[in-house]
Amino acid sequence: MIEVQNLHKSFGAVKAVEDVSFSARDGEITGLLGPNGAGKTTTLRMLYTLMKPERGRVLVDGRDAAADPLGVRRALGVLPDARGLYKRLTARENIEYFGRLHGLDEATLRRRCDALIAALDMAAIAGRRTEGFSQGERVKTAIARALVHDPKNLILDEPTNGLDVMATRAMREFLFGLRAEGRCVLFSSHIMQEVVALCDRVVVIAHGRVVADAAPQTLREQTGAASLEDAFVQIISRSETRAA
Amino acid sequence: MHAALTVFLKEVRENLRDRRTLINALLTGPLLAPVLFVVLINVQLHIELDKAGKPLPVPVVGAANAPNLVAALVQMGMVVKPAPRDPEAAVREQKADVVLRIPAGYAAHWRKGEPAEVELIYDSSRRDTHEDVSRLRAMVKRYAKIVGAQRLLVRGLSPALASPLVAADRDQATPQARGALIFSMLPYFFVLTAFLGGMYLAIDTTAGERERQSLEPLFANPVPRRRILLGKLAATTAFALVSLALSVVAFAVAGRFIDTSRLDMVLDLGAHFATFVLLLMLPLVLLLAALQTLVAAFAKSYREAQTYLSLLMFVPVLPSVLLIVVPVKAQLWMYAVPLLGQQLGIMQLVRGEALGAASVAACLAGTALAALLAILATMRVYASERLAISG
Repeated sequence: MIEVQNLHKSFGAVKAVEDVSFSARDGEITGLLGPNGAGKTTTLRMLYTLMKPERGRVLVDGRDAAADPLGVRRALGVLPDARGLYKRLTARENIEYFGRLHGLDEATLRRRCDALIAALDMAAIAGRRTEGFSQGERVKTAIARALVHDPKNLILDEPTNGLDVMATRAMREFLFGLRAEGRCVLFSSHIMQEVVALCDRVVVIAHGRVVADAAPQTLREQTGAASLEDAFVQIISRSETRAA
Repeated sequence: MHAALTVFLKEVRENLRDRRTLINALLTGPLLAPVLFVVLINVQLHIELDKAGKPLPVPVVGAANAPNLVAALVQMGMVVKPAPRDPEAAVREQKADVVLRIPAGYAAHWRKGEPAEVELIYDSSRRDTHEDVSRLRAMVKRYAKIVGAQRLLVRGLSPALASPLVAADRDQATPQARGALIFSMLPYFFVLTAFLGGMYLAIDTTAGERERQSLEPLFANPVPRRRILLGKLAATTAFALVSLALSVVAFAVAGRFIDTSRLDMVLDLGAHFATFVLLLMLPLVLLLAALQTLVAAFAKSYREAQTYLSLLMFVPVLPSVLLIVVPVKAQLWMYAVPLLGQQLGIMQLVRGEALGAASVAACLAGTALAALLAILATMRVYASERLAISG
């Protein structure tokens, strides 16, 4: 369970995030949808305590990120926008490194690695150095790394970015699997179809503000638009008029 | 397992797989300097020792004005060469090292018993000709002394009358100390080796990691950033230490290839020397690692960090140069100054002197304190929000 309350963050004169509030529930996939530069990545970075909000609060399973950043990080699995694998280490060594930093003992670590490598269909690449990996192979490795400590909550920044159709489908199935296990999955995207295909709830962000927060179906009904894409365009342009 | 240890092991493993780092830290750095050193010193020894016994060719202007003088100089090893038309120009243009000019009035002065003059034309700013000039000057002086003594004897006086005072040289330099002059760059080589040994890791673990965008996922782990930093510092320090140890061993081996007997000096780069060098350098290696990491943390890319650190590399040469240009008597406080303390301590070891406990303590404590401050400063930079953001 991730709760975000009135987050503010600015870089110099630029207000990147203004009064963002939403919550992502366990056993649901929540999509953070918005155009490029809307403040999605900044919001997520405040969730996994890489950045400190100027105002507002982040609660993960009831823990306050400002008071207990290490506890929050322990409860989170994070796939940042920057995948950042170590290219001189093998895929498995990359996963193990983060597992050890999470304090897993060697037996648990081996079990978790084997399970993730099987679940993500990575057996063929696990022993290879990540230098020269395809985009899909890189994302898989980074996701396995994010899940190595079996976190209850998962934050994914643009998880399907750069993936081909097959890889995207596999990723969807994998995320549904995580939902079925009762985890809280929060992911960001600027791609409409993806949100429709995946999300139980959509939080739309534009210009650093939340402009809509509902189920995809509800959003469509609220705006009276035929498709979610139309609804999205309507919501965004309405907010632009308001901002201007 | 402790998080810092995990980071340390991962950085070591990753960098052991990087050929560039390995070559620089474990091959070029530690081995190039000793080899260069042996070659340079042997070449220098050859030049100096060969010159001393060799005939000295000197262009002589007006040799006909003083046939006796020229004959005496030739007996002492001078070889008369034809005179250039313009001796001053020949020396300036480096066509001649030194020219002897005997003026036309030489014979007249000589006959009257007045001091006759000969001119040595040379360029004192050319260091390579010092040897020739002083040899020629010594020959002329020796001839003058012989003739002066003969003149006194002819007049029935003892030549001893003309030298009421004699300064006798009693050089107290130990054979090691004589070698020390040549080896005053040795401490710098050690510092440089440690610097190069850690440099690639310092860059790779901060600027490199940031450029590859892996710092952001790394910081999402439930580990305080200072622990991550400590692991990285430990890895950088370890590489620098291994590099330094290899260098010290290489110098010990290289020392055997320097023909010190011809120099009348003793050179001991053995186990005792190696142990103390490593001890004195230990806190300095830590200080260098922290400074390198600090500088690399400010750089946006690998390349930028490399540029900054190449500039930083020239700082450690300062104490070496300073002590060569302005030789000072070592005071205790100087040992507490990082770099300077190591320079003084290692030079003492080269000279074969025992290191005082107070000096060693001052050196270790002073540099360790500086290292601690550098680590704290680096921790502050590591804690900053923008460090992890690469995009």
